[in-house]
Amino acid sequence: MSYPVEQNEKFASYANPERLVSTEWLAAALADGAIADGKLVVVESDEDVLLYETGHIPGAVKIDWHTDLNDEVTRDYVDGTAFAALAASKGISRDSTVVIYGDKSNWWAAYALWVFTLFGHEDVRLLDGGRDKWIAEGRELTTDVTQPSAGEYPEVERNDAPIRAFKEDVLAHLGNPLIDVRSPEEYTGQRTHMPAYPEEGALRGGHIPTAASIPWARAAAEDGTYRNREELEALYLGEAGLKAGDDVVAYCRIGERSSHTWFALKYLLGFDTVRNYDGSWTEWGNAVRVPIVKGADRGAVPAAFARN
Amino acid sequence: MRKLEEMSTNTLPTALAEIVDDFQALTEPDRLQLLLEFSRGLPELPERLKDHPELLEQVVECQSPLFLTIESEKNAEGSRAYRLYFKAPQEAPTTRGFAGVLHEGLDGLTAEEILAVPDDMPELLGLTRAITPLRMRGMTAMLGRIKRKVAAASRLER
Repeated sequence: MSYPVEQNEKFASYANPERLVSTEWLAAALADGAIADGKLVVVESDEDVLLYETGHIPGAVKIDWHTDLNDEVTRDYVDGTAFAALAASKGISRDSTVVIYGDKSNWWAAYALWVFTLFGHEDVRLLDGGRDKWIAEGRELTTDVTQPSAGEYPEVERNDAPIRAFKEDVLAHLGNPLIDVRSPEEYTGQRTHMPAYPEEGALRGGHIPTAASIPWARAAAEDGTYRNREELEALYLGEAGLKAGDDVVAYCRIGERSSHTWFALKYLLGFDTVRNYDGSWTEWGNAVRVPIVKGADRGAVPAAFARN
Repeated sequence: MRKLEEMSTNTLPTALAEIVDDFQALTEPDRLQLLLEFSRGLPELPERLKDHPELLEQVVECQSPLFLTIESEKNAEGSRAYRLYFKAPQEAPTTRGFAGVLHEGLDGLTAEEILAVPDDMPELLGLTRAITPLRMRGMTAMLGRIKRKVAAASRLER
């Protein structure tokens, strides 16, 4: 049973308003007993594996991007069997309304939402503003361990193609729009990791030829919520030059920041075909016979790679 | 995870060896819980350092902002004991937790004792799978920075 969709003016202007909920809405739903009666499952997904334990939204369960969603042996996401077991253990059923929130303006929350979407989970929403906004508003947190009653989740085969791009897909995509969401320093090749983050071992610095540089944070306002539709259009249609109907690939360093942008393009601006390249710069920057561009210019697709 | 026997535990100071034993005796989820307790136990900076952020150095390899410094003082036996000071935000419990481990394990020891700690000691805690290799690198960098600072300070004091 889906939980009713939030109606407000900001969300109404987005292509898919049903993909976002506000902190006010969530607080009201909790007060209504939505979690207790199993209609709603709130999931916290953070970069820091211990942050949930320091205090979380009452009734929220934790899903860790690294230990829960990745298969460390195949260097891939978990399969349908593991996902079904994970979801059921968190009290999630196939028809549950899932609201995900997290730290750092929802990077990891958007990433988890994207993985849920690989499995075709229908009703999965993001808490606009995430963990920081909830805390800034002085809303309730608890360290009580949530013990959900098991959900019923079928084994669903992951369907990567519509929203996930692999390196070969990106090579075939060259000439079509790409959005690089990393920092300007990473884009130009001055550095291969985020400012103040450790070096992760990419051999080359630069960007994928013709990619537009729109750092992920520009899609977020000061309070971590998404910018309104008009502002997002100025950014992606204006500055990046995307046109309605474009087939777009977004990438970053390991695919988490670009999930945040993927969400904005897919659900807030309504692009039908948006894929997240999760191999991102850690793969592309190191791959053999794969072209890059250094410097601030978008550059051109080298003749040998021009297929489009 | 590497086994304790494979690394010469006699190079670990007693307090740190006990912490390592505690972690190794636990299952992975309980190890994380213990790390969380260490993050809660990390002492606040003394007032004189609180007001002087320039006296602390950032360990940039850590995923969350972590600052540290060391000071030395003569102990009862007349040798120099090194005091460790850390600053990390509450919203970075993993980073704080490891700072807490190093504080409890190394604070007040001599340069020789601190410098004898193997550089890959963080791996002994058995957290690599749970907290990602990237974050482990930050922890190793934290220990490395302490050892470099202690080595430099002890050379000056000879």
